[in-house]
Amino acid sequence: MAALSELINGFGTALTPQNLLYAFLGVLLGTAIGVLPGIGPAMTLALLLPLTYGLNPTSAFIMFAGIYYGGMYGGSTTSILLNTPGESASVVTAIEGNKMAKSGRAAQALATAAIGSFVAGTIGTLLVVVLAPTVVDLALKLGAPDFFAIMVLAFVAVTSVLGASRIRGFASLLIGLAIGLVGIDQVTGQQRLTYGVPQLADGIDVVVVAVGLFAVGEALWIAAHLRRGTAQVIPTGRARMGREDWARSWKPWLRGTALGFPFGAVPAGGAEVPTFLSYVTEKRLSKHKDEFGHGAIEGVAGPEATNNASAAGGLVPLLTLGLPTTATAAVLLAAFQQYGIQPGPLLLENEPELVWGLLASLFIGNVILLVLNLPLAPMWAKLLRIPRPYLYAGILFFASVGAYAVNASTVDLMVLLVLGSLGFLMRRYGLPVVPAVIGVILGPRAEVQMRRALQISDGELSGLITPFSAVIYALIALVLLWPLVNRFVIRRFRRPRHPVPVGHSHALVELADELAAPPGEERREEGDEKADEEPEHATADAPRRQT
Amino acid sequence: MISRVQRWGQGRSEFVVALLLLALGVLVLVDAARLPTTFTQRGPVGPTAVPVVVGVLLVVTAVLLGLDVLRGGHGEQESGEDVDLSHGSDWATMFLLALAFLANILLIERVGWPVSGAVLFFGSAYALGSRRIVRDVILSFALSIGTWYLFAEGLGINLPVGILKGIL
Repeated sequence: MAALSELINGFGTALTPQNLLYAFLGVLLGTAIGVLPGIGPAMTLALLLPLTYGLNPTSAFIMFAGIYYGGMYGGSTTSILLNTPGESASVVTAIEGNKMAKSGRAAQALATAAIGSFVAGTIGTLLVVVLAPTVVDLALKLGAPDFFAIMVLAFVAVTSVLGASRIRGFASLLIGLAIGLVGIDQVTGQQRLTYGVPQLADGIDVVVVAVGLFAVGEALWIAAHLRRGTAQVIPTGRARMGREDWARSWKPWLRGTALGFPFGAVPAGGAEVPTFLSYVTEKRLSKHKDEFGHGAIEGVAGPEATNNASAAGGLVPLLTLGLPTTATAAVLLAAFQQYGIQPGPLLLENEPELVWGLLASLFIGNVILLVLNLPLAPMWAKLLRIPRPYLYAGILFFASVGAYAVNASTVDLMVLLVLGSLGFLMRRYGLPVVPAVIGVILGPRAEVQMRRALQISDGELSGLITPFSAVIYALIALVLLWPLVNRFVIRRFRRPRHPVPVGHSHALVELADELAAPPGEERREEGDEKADEEPEHATADAPRRQT
Repeated sequence: MISRVQRWGQGRSEFVVALLLLALGVLVLVDAARLPTTFTQRGPVGPTAVPVVVGVLLVVTAVLLGLDVLRGGHGEQESGEDVDLSHGSDWATMFLLALAFLANILLIERVGWPVSGAVLFFGSAYALGSRRIVRDVILSFALSIGTWYLFAEGLGINLPVGILKGIL
């Protein structure tokens, strides 16, 4: 197969001693930063992005591949040892993982997460290698109207799937689209929303947006509500697992991979949905149902594999269509743009060395992740004890270096502060952050595609309709109308057991809650009790965090 | 119950979000109206089309959100292991943090990153409750000088050295 020989060339690129070093550094740094509480993979990527500025694109992306997987694994470690999901995809891992750790099986939980991530990541990357050329062939046949429709689908999906409130999701998306408008119009060269500030003419840098909304916003939000006193970190030894753990883990790994990859490849909110599905599936299929809720290894193995497979699946639309489906993919896209590389159907043709080098280093990064993290688990656990003032001061510090390094301009630092305050406000009022970031990144590109399509049709709106885009618009209508369908058709037959609090009607959380709660326990009225009084509910109830 | 009081307070203050969206929408629309479109326009869709759509949608969303808040809807505050939502926002901390952040913006091109970065880190750590002054000062300078070497020397990225030029 042509793809495989290309991949072997990719290994040739990635396996030079220098690039191997970058991959290793990426995994090490990615895990170290990702393991810090409150820092998810997207924020890890955004904070470490400046480190790659001095590198050539290929080496930079090889390092990025390492950071990507390292950051994700770091997040799982945090949720297992501290019960702090750094991002939505780790919420499910924390349910059983933290229980395992509390009952003295932290090493096994970390091991099944690491090996599961490795298995899923390897299979997932292999699927990317096989699928990407095929998808590119299809994508090359798509025109501007089709791309516009796909991007609108991404907008609608990211606002409808993530978070509890659609209106707040749309508000966030629109804020992002408005930020994306700032700068010179790509078609006519006119300045929009720049108010004569020359540094704004090129638009607000996506890196500044991501770092501002994710990192600065998060640091400010936590700073305003910092819990005094130290969080309880569960000590762990070297990550390892016994024969029975292996026997109980390998099927969940494979099932998780099968679930995660397709969900990651479509714009459906990333790993959130499939990790919940994986958890529910494993609970149903397990021979140890009684252990669920008290630390069942299947409940860690499945969702962790799902998470990684979905991250790999997300690379398919990113590399072939230039379409990010998650926050992490959005930051990766920002990184591509930083180098003047535009992901899309032509990427594979124009930058084969970079793409195949990147894919090869994803395999290598996976191996490094495994060798590094099984023995280093105790060290990562120590990182969780970092004093909180230093942690959040450090986030602000590195966010400032990163934002300044983009253009060596203090205007970017001002913008960073404004966006950080916006991020604070969004966290305060329950506006999800991811739609805004996706809006900033995809907004300008969607505009270009739409104007191109309408230019061809001479302004006729029918120019936006092709057979392909018609299918996409039907899908969009379905996603948009789903709550109505749900309310009038489905809810009528299935009344919820308990009233759902307004603004908290996330169906998946309810579902997982119902399935995860041991019988007899009532669902917690959120906000009335402290989270640490009933940790098992707190985990499932924890609002999904976007970083 | 505390939570009820909180919810009431939150319900009222959330109109701020709707107002902000409204203001942003108006801002975008006004800017779009200001753009001359006649002479540079190429193709049937000019540079104002998308801003108009985004602006109108922002205004509509602002109204819908306002109605949602009126009917008792509220956004869930983000929680986390380090987040204690039982008290309101700690404005003193926020003020000091903003001060440290602004100090860096004002100082970075005047005295250089090794000093301004140290001010930023020290100020933030102090704002967040760290009171081990000596250790914090040493750590702040170690971090800012370390990152300067890493970026300026190691990665070739321009971070101003400022008053420490010749020493570092």
